[in-house]
Amino acid sequence: MAEFVLKRLLSALPVLLLVTLISASIMHLVPGDPAVIIAGQNASDAEVQQVRAALGLDRPFIERLGAWYAGLARGDLGQSLLLNRPVSEAIVERLPVTLALAGFALLLTVVIGVPAGMIAALRANTVVDQAVLVVALAGVSVPNFWLSLMLIVAFGVWLDVLPAGGYIPFADDPVGWVKCLILPGVSLALLQIGLLARITRATMLEVLRQDYIRTARAKGLPVFKVVGQHALRNVMVPVVTVVGISFGLLLSGSVVIETVYSIPGLGRLLASAIFGRDYPVIQGGLLVTAVMLVLLNLCVDLLYAVIDPRVKNDGRS
Amino acid sequence: MAEAEARRPPSLTRRLFSHRLFVTGLVLFGIVVAMAVFADLLATAAPEKMNFRARFRTPEWAFLLGTDNYGRDIWSRLVHGARLSLAIGFAVVIVTGVAGTVIGLLAGYFKRLDGPLMRTMDALMAFPAILLAIAIAAALGPSAVNAVIALSAVYTPRTARIVRSAALVVREMDYVQAAIASGSRHLWILWRHILPNSLAPLIVQLTFIFAYAVLAESILSFLGVGPPPPTPTWGNMIAEGQGYLREAPLLALFPGIAIAVTALGLNLLGDGLRDVLDPRLRVQHG
Repeated sequence: MAEFVLKRLLSALPVLLLVTLISASIMHLVPGDPAVIIAGQNASDAEVQQVRAALGLDRPFIERLGAWYAGLARGDLGQSLLLNRPVSEAIVERLPVTLALAGFALLLTVVIGVPAGMIAALRANTVVDQAVLVVALAGVSVPNFWLSLMLIVAFGVWLDVLPAGGYIPFADDPVGWVKCLILPGVSLALLQIGLLARITRATMLEVLRQDYIRTARAKGLPVFKVVGQHALRNVMVPVVTVVGISFGLLLSGSVVIETVYSIPGLGRLLASAIFGRDYPVIQGGLLVTAVMLVLLNLCVDLLYAVIDPRVKNDGRS
Repeated sequence: MAEAEARRPPSLTRRLFSHRLFVTGLVLFGIVVAMAVFADLLATAAPEKMNFRARFRTPEWAFLLGTDNYGRDIWSRLVHGARLSLAIGFAVVIVTGVAGTVIGLLAGYFKRLDGPLMRTMDALMAFPAILLAIAIAAALGPSAVNAVIALSAVYTPRTARIVRSAALVVREMDYVQAAIASGSRHLWILWRHILPNSLAPLIVQLTFIFAYAVLAESILSFLGVGPPPPTPTWGNMIAEGQGYLREAPLLALFPGIAIAVTALGLNLLGDGLRDVLDPRLRVQHG
């Protein structure tokens, strides 16, 4: 096991190195002089010079890259151009909100997706099964920012039962916190719910065909007991897979969803940085999300090995 | 003769057309393609023409889907939006298909290139897809071409990975090993043996990428880093409708339905192609 962990850790290193390099290079995609574009067309020469110095654009690329890595080693991601504060500080402040939202969406995904998939498998080729398929297809086809707007119209405006946007910290009002997470959570989770339901269904169908399930049924165990004792453990594998995939989708989605619902998380920080051409924040935000994803995938791989010992040896049998 | 005909397994087209979901997808996607191709005929007004005396009209005969906050005809903007959405999606499919195939084949065939190429792809895939596309599109500036570049950069690694794994399998086949041993040129082997055998998963993947690209383009437009207004993209239309959700929710409703229908059609086509061309993938994806 220790060897497996070490090997996975080492293989993540070159990817992490490249991730930092890509994040640092985003600004160089800007056509022309980034300093002029960032300062705005009507900026004076002095203002342009100021931006250039702030971004270190007056120094050669290699030197700048060195400075970026040196900063990174100290946990310093540079200074935001718009917020007048360190990038790392802004990210650390916003991250918990996004994690709360992503966590809530993941909870919805697992709580709805797994039972839906299991029921679809137990009632394969019935109306229930078809309904799950339709929801799953809608999940991958409906744009979530549009779904958000429609949910806001339905529940925030017409029915007026849920807030149409905004965020209340858990510490201030736990009930209000849940209420303002429901619509954005559902908007974010729909895609994953469909994905998880379909994978759970496929896994369940495979498991239900196994001999030991037939044996358990034959000796008279009721269906729910068979499912609970034997099938659930197998279903854990796809759940872990989807959780791993979902996290990236959730972080991506949060940029749009947090903007639509005015939630002050990392996603909205990045969206406003993109509009304001606040490159240090864009770079830092990209880096932090990518590093989180790389580490999460690492955890997912390790979890596989724990849940399913076959993974360590030769993949799936 | 007739007997032999009867015993032959059903042809590919036959199997595709008896796949119910594939046919549904084909119909849905066909409708959107028809909208795009015949946009000039279908549109009842110029998509960017404003008419301040006819703002926020509800659907009626003169304005099939009503008008928006500038009095522009929503139906006409919708059909022209189909043209742009599909054009961008298709361009992404072409760029991604070519780049992903070249990178995937090289990585799968030449063992020395595998490490560096795939680690770079892994690094690009480490970023949340939409987020990276938004950052690239924002850096390059809002335009249709830059949207294609940004989305291709994001989806190429995913394509390369699939082509590579297909190439890896084919490479070890006896006939390829025989070709290598008998001194065939590498390019010939790649073109003649490896590429054709990697096509099935590639086509399936590209169909899904078409769907992702249409969805992602609408997000770029919605956030203001796609083709700039007043260009009638579906994302732009939803972004403009966002300001009038209370008074005129229809502004945002129609373009969203158009995106969903397009993406649904493509997803169904992808599911159908996967079931027929590449049945091994079926279990994994559910």
